Amino acid sequence: MIALKRDRGALVLSFVLPLAFFSIFAVIFGRQGGGTPTVKLIVVDQDQSQASAALVKGLQSESSLVVMMKPEAKSKSAPAPADYTAATAEAAVKAGDAPVALIIPAGFGQHPIAFGPDAGGSTLELLNDQSDTIAPQIVVGLLQKAAITSMPSAMADEGMKYADKYVGGFTPAQKAKVDEELDALRKAEADGKTGAGSGDSGNGNSGNGSAGAGIVAVNVRAVVGENKKSPMISFYAAAIGVMFLMFTASGSAGALLDEAESGTLERVLSTRVTMTKLLAGKLVFNTGLAFVQLTAMFLWGWSAFKLDFFSHLPGFAVMGLCTAFAVAAFGMLLASACQTRAQLGALSTLVILIMSSVGGSMFPRFLMPESMQKAGLLTINAWAIDGFTKVFWRDLPVTDLWPQVAVLLGVGVVLFLIARRVARRWEFS
Amino acid sequence: MTASTQMIEEGTALEVDGLVKRFGDLTAVDGVSLTVRAGECLGLLGPNGAGKSTLIRSMVGRVRQDSGRVTVMGKAAGSTEARMALGWVPQELSIYPRITCRENLGSFGRYYGLKGQTLKDAIAWCLHWAALEEKQDDVAKTLSGGMKRRLNMAAGMLHRPKVVLFDEPTVGVDPQSRNRIFEMIEALRDAGTAIVYTTHYMEEAERLCDRIAIIDHGKIIAEGTNEELVEKTFGRRSQVLARFDGETAAIEAWAGRHGGRVKGETAEFTIEQAGEIAPLLDDATKAGLELEDLTLRRPNLESVFLHLTGRELRD
Repeated sequence: MIALKRDRGALVLSFVLPLAFFSIFAVIFGRQGGGTPTVKLIVVDQDQSQASAALVKGLQSESSLVVMMKPEAKSKSAPAPADYTAATAEAAVKAGDAPVALIIPAGFGQHPIAFGPDAGGSTLELLNDQSDTIAPQIVVGLLQKAAITSMPSAMADEGMKYADKYVGGFTPAQKAKVDEELDALRKAEADGKTGAGSGDSGNGNSGNGSAGAGIVAVNVRAVVGENKKSPMISFYAAAIGVMFLMFTASGSAGALLDEAESGTLERVLSTRVTMTKLLAGKLVFNTGLAFVQLTAMFLWGWSAFKLDFFSHLPGFAVMGLCTAFAVAAFGMLLASACQTRAQLGALSTLVILIMSSVGGSMFPRFLMPESMQKAGLLTINAWAIDGFTKVFWRDLPVTDLWPQVAVLLGVGVVLFLIARRVARRWEFS
Repeated sequence: MTASTQMIEEGTALEVDGLVKRFGDLTAVDGVSLTVRAGECLGLLGPNGAGKSTLIRSMVGRVRQDSGRVTVMGKAAGSTEARMALGWVPQELSIYPRITCRENLGSFGRYYGLKGQTLKDAIAWCLHWAALEEKQDDVAKTLSGGMKRRLNMAAGMLHRPKVVLFDEPTVGVDPQSRNRIFEMIEALRDAGTAIVYTTHYMEEAERLCDRIAIIDHGKIIAEGTNEELVEKTFGRRSQVLARFDGETAAIEAWAGRHGGRVKGETAEFTIEQAGEIAPLLDDATKAGLELEDLTLRRPNLESVFLHLTGRELRD
């Protein structure tokens, strides 16, 4: 008891860490009420018919979907961007702006739904990013719901066709009456007087995602990761790699504390070496160490899990070095801020685990609530994982890494400068 | 000719001038001035907390002084030139315990900017100087206490400094290793290195130091050779140490009457003539004190230290 009271690091780990973790995971999972997460859905309406408009309207009313017809304007003063086309929608999915895009083809309104696979209805196209396996299932399910609730005239029309075909045919009078009712229904639909569902899709029901299933035929096509053998390997190589890199970096930077404790640091500072030179030297060494560790991680992914490592070497080198630099500087700051190894152990465990959980090393950020996804951007993990995902998952060129490179290098420089400032306490008395 | 050049030519390797360092309300070093010449060993003696460590760290350039200045070979302490001219052997073992002797020396050599053959030669010289050639590939933490001390010393010598600060280098060392350390320091001094040596052992100071400065409460309270210090403090007087069996209060009252002082059961006096002893003892007998032991001796450095600071050297 006395030992625990005096060891503040252990005390913090015993009480603060579980509470912090509980809170983070409660925010990630608890606010969803057990329902489906919100999915960003790009919609391209090539048909521009009454039926397609009704379907889009039905999708827009779903609280689980954020329907985007056009890209977000870059600034308030910028001109409104044009609606997505099939090509720009596919590019947006590839760039990670949204996990799925729905293409409503021209002619959809002619034959929007079909009762059965051989009924000859139009087929919608759903473009998806393989890294998010949940989003397309949600969208397919909600598409069926929207078709039923938003397009009653199409439903009735198709029903009448079946009745006419299999029940024995209508008399001209019956046919006229049916047409009259369908026209009224179409008019009401156009006026917005028909329901588009309650918008509550929180029960988690989703379609099975297979093409042609349900009353609206959907062809799901992966545009990112379609040729990947192990979809999540690159994600976890980066996610787990960055987390352990942080532990290694803080442990390695802790040598500074050992030197301070043993008096070696003071002796070193009496030589030609200044504190700035010493810290810079340690930063370079720790960056190299972190890069080697990351390389080993990805090589293991290549040999054991068939990760496509060697065709992404330039991107890996850029992201690996930037991540290693940021993580090494982070370790230096932690070490220079602590008084003892025990303190460093407690603080680094606390900070690294929190950053890793918020930053997506433990749970993919795209499955987190929007607010948590934004909070994740305050961590090194999130930027590093985003960068590695661009390289290994989206196959983007090195030039597309500039936001991640800029942030990681900037963070590294700032953390190092703060570490240097804090280390002044060892310099003079 | 600049002042610093003139100083070096005159042989002054280290100069402390009016140094003051305060920590809050505590004045750790209070106007200290001293010089050390090339080939000279200055002993720095003082009780714990007297300001020795702060003074040494000021010489290394690790303290921001409030006033005064410290120069090493004419360059301000802490400057690159001063660092390269100075070797520092801290009291704590400041070596890397998990690497070998050779690797330790290699690391410190590189910190001093040595490389290639120069570094190899420096390591070889240090291993020889510290008599660690046979242990060069042993991991530092497996060495004996004396060997670790010698390695600790060698790590400060790689750049062959002109001024070396030894801060109690023999703490916890067996007599055989201590002798070896004395030989190492004497070899340095004979080669013209200026040395500042702090110790708690009087015999070390008497053997190694050409001059001795006694520091207390941040001030140099006496400075000179061993003989000069004794002469200045006691003149031609001798010391009488008398141990009694009796009550401490009675011993103190008796000693007080004759200008002496008491430590434990031993009273201490200084006298000019041997004839002064008999009246002292007569008075003790009258006071009911039973003499157990009587010593008459010429005062030494320990006596000087005790006289000036009121404390034993090892307190």
